[in-house]
Amino acid sequence: MNLIEMKNGTRAAIKGLPEGEAAQRLEALGLRGGKIIEKISCMPFGGPVTVLLDGRQFAISHGIAEHIEIEAENIG
Amino acid sequence: MSCKDCSLCSGGEMIRKEGRMRILLMGNPNVGKSVFFSRLTGIRALSSNYPGTTVGFTQGVLRHKDICADLIDVPGAYTLNPTNEAEEIARRIIEDGADRIILVIDATALERNLVLALQVLAYHIPTVVALNMTDEARHKGILLDVERLEKELGVSVCRTVATTGSGISDIVGSLRNARTSSLPPMTKEECWQKIGQITAGVQTVTHRHHTLLDRAEDVSAHPLFGGLAGVAVLALSFAVIRIAGEGLVSYVFDPLFENIWLPLLNRLSAFLGDGFLRSLLIGRLFDGAIDLEQSMGVLSTGLYVEFGMVLPYIIAFYAALSFLEDFGYLPRLAVVFDALLHRFGVHGYAIIPTLLGFGCNVPGILATRVLESERERFIAATLISVGIPCVSIQAMLTATLGQFGIRYVAAVYAILLFVWLLLGRIMNIALPGFSPELIVEIPPYRIPSFKAWTAKLWFRIKDFFIEATPLVLGGILLVNMLDMAGILEGAGRVLAPFFTSVLGLPPATAVPVVMGMFRKDIAMGLLIPLGLSAHQMLVAVIVLSMTFPCIATFVVMWKELGLKRMLEASALMLCSAVAAGAVLNLLLSAF
Repeated sequence: MNLIEMKNGTRAAIKGLPEGEAAQRLEALGLRGGKIIEKISCMPFGGPVTVLLDGRQFAISHGIAEHIEIEAENIG
Repeated sequence: MSCKDCSLCSGGEMIRKEGRMRILLMGNPNVGKSVFFSRLTGIRALSSNYPGTTVGFTQGVLRHKDICADLIDVPGAYTLNPTNEAEEIARRIIEDGADRIILVIDATALERNLVLALQVLAYHIPTVVALNMTDEARHKGILLDVERLEKELGVSVCRTVATTGSGISDIVGSLRNARTSSLPPMTKEECWQKIGQITAGVQTVTHRHHTLLDRAEDVSAHPLFGGLAGVAVLALSFAVIRIAGEGLVSYVFDPLFENIWLPLLNRLSAFLGDGFLRSLLIGRLFDGAIDLEQSMGVLSTGLYVEFGMVLPYIIAFYAALSFLEDFGYLPRLAVVFDALLHRFGVHGYAIIPTLLGFGCNVPGILATRVLESERERFIAATLISVGIPCVSIQAMLTATLGQFGIRYVAAVYAILLFVWLLLGRIMNIALPGFSPELIVEIPPYRIPSFKAWTAKLWFRIKDFFIEATPLVLGGILLVNMLDMAGILEGAGRVLAPFFTSVLGLPPATAVPVVMGMFRKDIAMGLLIPLGLSAHQMLVAVIVLSMTFPCIATFVVMWKELGLKRMLEASALMLCSAVAAGAVLNLLLSAF
């Protein structure tokens, strides 16, 4: 399952990041494998996904979010 | 300046060429470095509640009791393995070496901030850590064990609240005996392990209640309400700016000019009598009286356009913008606009320079530095200079078109929006390359402090004075000189056939349009006495609005993008302005 398919309001761990420079930027922000994130929303018309990590919001564009793999099991 | 008495420089190896030590102020974006910088140097650095306010670096002198040193406000970086220009600059600065580092850490996001912290400490430069925003952390139920953090990092850690100044003197006090960390070099994986271990040991998160601001954060991210809120905030801001600007004009600036300045000018006019000096300073008289809008003298129209018509809107605009910035709303707007802007080849963050452009194109174009690629910066800067009318232009819209009805003013905004959308689409298709993707931290909402808000407002108004005054007064002076020399008339005659045939404008409008190269507000002022019809005025205003607002925009574009890109942008701008004017003229004469 990727970040786009993940349901709003659910929490799950990050499983895999996209290849290349995007991964570096995500990791620098703390968005890396094993981290538990909550998906807050996804803007319409191919807009960004907003996630919550350690109490802080991050916006990730649609194109990147598609390539972020999420553990299928939700955590509460 | 020497600083022999400085206790920090007493160790021989620290003395630099200038005899002063070099201190770097480092940290993640949006952790309050610029506030620290202002507090430590007394120089105002622009700070906002969003990542990326400082891209280039600022340097100042830190003087405190017996210390004096060069302090460098390093652009915010999440990592020293650069992923953008700001981080690139940050790495270059630290690799140039330093005598001390003040590392600012956001206490509300310890774990993320430790990534940069460990990288910085690995340079083995004596460092002091400022654990900033400890007040906000407390509100969020985050408890931090400072002694434990000191032990883990091996350097001094001080709790600070930069916005109130609390803890700043502790930081300065710790500089002298700052230590070098003894953490061993680590691989990426080891680093994360270490960070996890430090965070677990130092931080305790207790339960907290959801505040009103938290709920507002959730609403702003909502797919439907977030978009609606974005449009509502923009509409409300424009309404507030308009009303506040008009209020300032009618209740403050007009009375000042009418009751104080005009009588003085009348006396000066009588004293000077008829002659060269009077036509230069006062300009033409209408039935023996000065008309502030039309006399075109340096002291009459020159001052009135800048201070009576434009300044009130500058104040209103920056009051609203500074509030939105410090509240933390702008990155949310980037999220709302990302899908649209992505189709222009820029990501949502381009909305921030664009909004700044509505105040003045110059800071707008400078702010395009937050964007990643050169292609993106070119697209964003060109779109700002063509499609975004600055406050000066907007203030003059009412003066020129208001008399024909509000629908003409609205038409200008609608046409500019259309041009902005169309040109964005065209550039994305025509320019080789791709649109970068948005990955951005959204700061929490914060209620701006009144003091910071007014200080920032003053900072920006001062900038406007410095930048606009010489251009406006010089521009008026130039027009008068050229007019007296008969050059304007000549230029008008040469350009007249083009203006009449393509744009449907009388030959006399050639002068304001050429003049528009220097300063658009004066150029629009020059249109007023020409007695144009509503349709002609609309065409002239559109052509003027779409070309560079002033010569300063021209220069800043050259500096930021290089000569070639600037010329390309100018060519695009001229073509689109003429095309828009010609099409508009055709449409208007058809109906």
